[in-house]
Amino acid sequence: MTTTTSTRPDRAAARSGRVSPDPALRKRRPLSYRQRDQIAGYIFVAPQVLGILAFVLIPLGLIGYFSVHEWNVLAGSFTFVGAENFERLFTDPELVPVLQATGVFSVGLVVFNLVLALLLAVMLNRKARAMTFYRTLFFSPVVVSLVAWTIVWGFLLQDDGGINGILQLVGIEGPNWLREGPTAMASVIIVQVFKNVGLNMVLFLAALQGVPQEIQEAARVDGANARTLFTRITVPLISPTILLTFIITIVGSLQVFAQVAVLTQGGPGISTTVLVYYLYQQAFLFGRFGYGSVLAIVLFAIVLILTVVQWQLRKKWVFYEN
Amino acid sequence: MRSAKPLTTIGVLAVSALLLSGCSGTAETPTATDVDLRMTVWTSNEDQLAMFDSIADEYMADHPEVASVTFDPLPFEDYTTTLTTQVAGGKAPDLAWILENAAPDFVASGALAPIQETLENTKGYEFDDLNEAATALWKADGELVAYPFSTSPFVMFANDDLLKAAGQPTAAELQAQGKWNWEGVSEVGAAVNAATGKAGFVIRDFDYTTWDNLASVWMGWGAAPWSEDGASCTFDSPEMADAFAFLHDAAFVKKSMPGPGTTADFFAGDAAFTVTQISRASLLPDAGFAFDLAPLPEGPEGSYSMVGQAGIGVMAQGENTQVAAEFLAFFSNPENSEKLAQYFPPARDSQLNVDTLAAANPVLTAEQIENVVVPGIATGVVRPGHTDSAEIGQKVRAALDAIWTPDADIPAVLSSVCKAVDPLLEK
Repeated sequence: MTTTTSTRPDRAAARSGRVSPDPALRKRRPLSYRQRDQIAGYIFVAPQVLGILAFVLIPLGLIGYFSVHEWNVLAGSFTFVGAENFERLFTDPELVPVLQATGVFSVGLVVFNLVLALLLAVMLNRKARAMTFYRTLFFSPVVVSLVAWTIVWGFLLQDDGGINGILQLVGIEGPNWLREGPTAMASVIIVQVFKNVGLNMVLFLAALQGVPQEIQEAARVDGANARTLFTRITVPLISPTILLTFIITIVGSLQVFAQVAVLTQGGPGISTTVLVYYLYQQAFLFGRFGYGSVLAIVLFAIVLILTVVQWQLRKKWVFYEN
Repeated sequence: MRSAKPLTTIGVLAVSALLLSGCSGTAETPTATDVDLRMTVWTSNEDQLAMFDSIADEYMADHPEVASVTFDPLPFEDYTTTLTTQVAGGKAPDLAWILENAAPDFVASGALAPIQETLENTKGYEFDDLNEAATALWKADGELVAYPFSTSPFVMFANDDLLKAAGQPTAAELQAQGKWNWEGVSEVGAAVNAATGKAGFVIRDFDYTTWDNLASVWMGWGAAPWSEDGASCTFDSPEMADAFAFLHDAAFVKKSMPGPGTTADFFAGDAAFTVTQISRASLLPDAGFAFDLAPLPEGPEGSYSMVGQAGIGVMAQGENTQVAAEFLAFFSNPENSEKLAQYFPPARDSQLNVDTLAAANPVLTAEQIENVVVPGIATGVVRPGHTDSAEIGQKVRAALDAIWTPDADIPAVLSSVCKAVDPLLEK
C-alpha cells in the first residue's frame, strides 16, 4: 500500500533542519547557575505535577461537571440537569443500605486489621531464628495480585470449597460463605484483612523496634508488668504509627472494589454492595454517569471528612509526634 | 519559603498545551486508502478468529480503501459494559457484536446505524432470505440496524456414559418412554447425584446470578418475567411460582441440580444433563464421553424452545459507518454466512436446513440437527430482554437471591422481585 503526502515548502524546510538561525538566540546571555538549577528542578517535578493534574485534579473537575449533566452514552446525548442528580441522593432507596454496608465493612476491616497487625508485630518483634521467615510469610500476600488472591479465596469459600472441606474433616457443617448475608460480608472483610495485614504489621514492627529499650527497662525497674508496659509505654510511643495505619486502612476500606466484584457482586441481595461498587454499578453498568459522579463526590467528601477529623483528633491521642 | 506560583504556572501551561493540542489536532478524515475497521467480539476462540480474519483478508483484497480489519475480543462477562465504556471514552468500534439482552437498549437509543439500505443494495446479498423472526429484535422503526449473525437454540446435552454408570435411562430412552419432561429429568438427575456424587442437571452459565438463563426452564410452565409489552412484572404469577418451586426443590430437596456456590461443568463430565446453546457443541470433541442431544424437556405446558441471539451492528458513533456497513454486507453474505454456520447458526432461511447445518457441524448427526436444531431455531422464543436491561437484571438478581435458601418463601420473594422492578418497567 502506498500513500503520498504533499507538504508545504516552509514546513519541509523546517523539518529538514535547513532553517536560518535566529540572531537573537546567538546573543542570549548564558543562564546563571541558579536559573539552571531552577529549570532542572521544574523538569524533575514536571512528571509528578502532570500526573496529578491529568489523573487527579482534572478528573475531579470533570466529576463536578458530569454531576450536573445526564449523559446517555448510547444515544450520544449530554444534557444539563442542574441539581437533579444530587436530589436523587435523597430519594434513592438503596443508598442507605449501601452506606450501612460500607460502614460495616470499614469498621470491621479497620478493627480486625489493626488488632491483628499489632498482634503479629508484637509476636514477631523478638530475636529468634524463624522470625525472618514468619515476617516474610505474613507480608507476602501484600505483593500478590489482588484479583488472583481474591479469585483463589472465591474458590476456597464456595459451598463445596476448601474451607468447608476442612471444617467437614472436624465434623462441622460450614455455611455457604458467600451466599448468606452475614457470612458474605465477614468473608469479604477477612479476605481483605489477610491480603493487607502484612503491610500494617511491618509498619508496627518498625515502630516497635524504635521504642527505646532504656524507657522499657526503667518502667520494669519501677515495677511495671508486661501488660502495663505495653499499654502505658509501648502503645503511647507507637501512637503516631497507629494513627498512620488507621488513616491508611480506613481510606483503603472505602475504596474496596475488586474483592466485592469478584467474590459476591454485591450480593446476596445488596448486603455487600459498598459505596465504590454501587458507584461502579450506577455509572458503568447502568450508564448513569451523572449520578455516578455524584456518588463519587459523596465518597470524596466522606474520605476527606474522616481524614480531617482523624488528623485533628491526633492531638488528643497521639504522643511523641515529631 | 519559595512560592509555588511558577511551578503551578508551568503545570497549567503544560496541561493546557496538551489539552489544546488534543482538541485542535487535525482529526484526519479517512481517505480512500486508510480506513482501519475494528469489530468488538466476545469470542477468543482462535479458530473462529482465524475464520473472521480470512473473510476480512478476502474483503480487503477487493477493497483497497480498507487498510485493516481488527477483531477485538472483549471478555464475555462484562462485554456490554466494556463496549459502552469504549463508546463513552470516544473510542467506539466501527462494528460490534450485541447480545440479545442488550439489543433493546442499543436499538432504541439510536446507537446503531441503519444498515438495511446497504445490505439490500449489495449485489448477491439476498436480503429477503433473512429470517423474519430472527430479524425482529434488531429493527428500529421497521428498519434493520443489526444483522442477527447467530440464532442459537437452547438444547439439552446428556452424558450417556454417566447415566449408564448410575444405572439410569439415557436421554434417548427417556424420550422413548415418554418421560422427557422436567420432572423426569430431575428424578434421573437426583438418582445420578445419589449414585455418583456428580450433578444431575445444570442450567449452564446460570450460577445463581444470570437469572434470565432460567427462562429455558420457566417457559415450560408458560411463565414470563414481564408482560408482552414489557410494562408490567409477571414474576409473581402462579406459573412462575410453580417453576421456581420446581427449581428450588431440585436444588435443595432432590439435589438434582447443584446448589448455590457449587459448580459442575458438564463438558468436564461433572453432570448428567446441561441446558445450553447449541454453539457449545464445539466443546464436545474434547469431552471424552458418549453424549446425546435432545430438545428442552417438556414442562406442564408442553414442549417449547428458546433461542439466544447475537447481532452485529454498525456503531453510529464510529468513524467509518458507511465503510463498516459495506464490510458487514460482505461478512454476512450468503457464502460467508454458510462458513460462519460452523459456529453460529445462520439467520438465512435457505441455510436453515439439515444439509447446511450438518456440513458445518460435524460433531452432530443429521438426525440430531433435524430433530433438535432446526425446529429449535424455527420455533424458538428469544431469551427475555428489555430496555434498561442491566439495571433490571441487577434488581432481579438482588431480589431473587432470597429464594436460594432452603426455607425460602417463594411467592413472597417473587412478589418482592416485582416490587423492585415495576418502577423500571413502567418507565
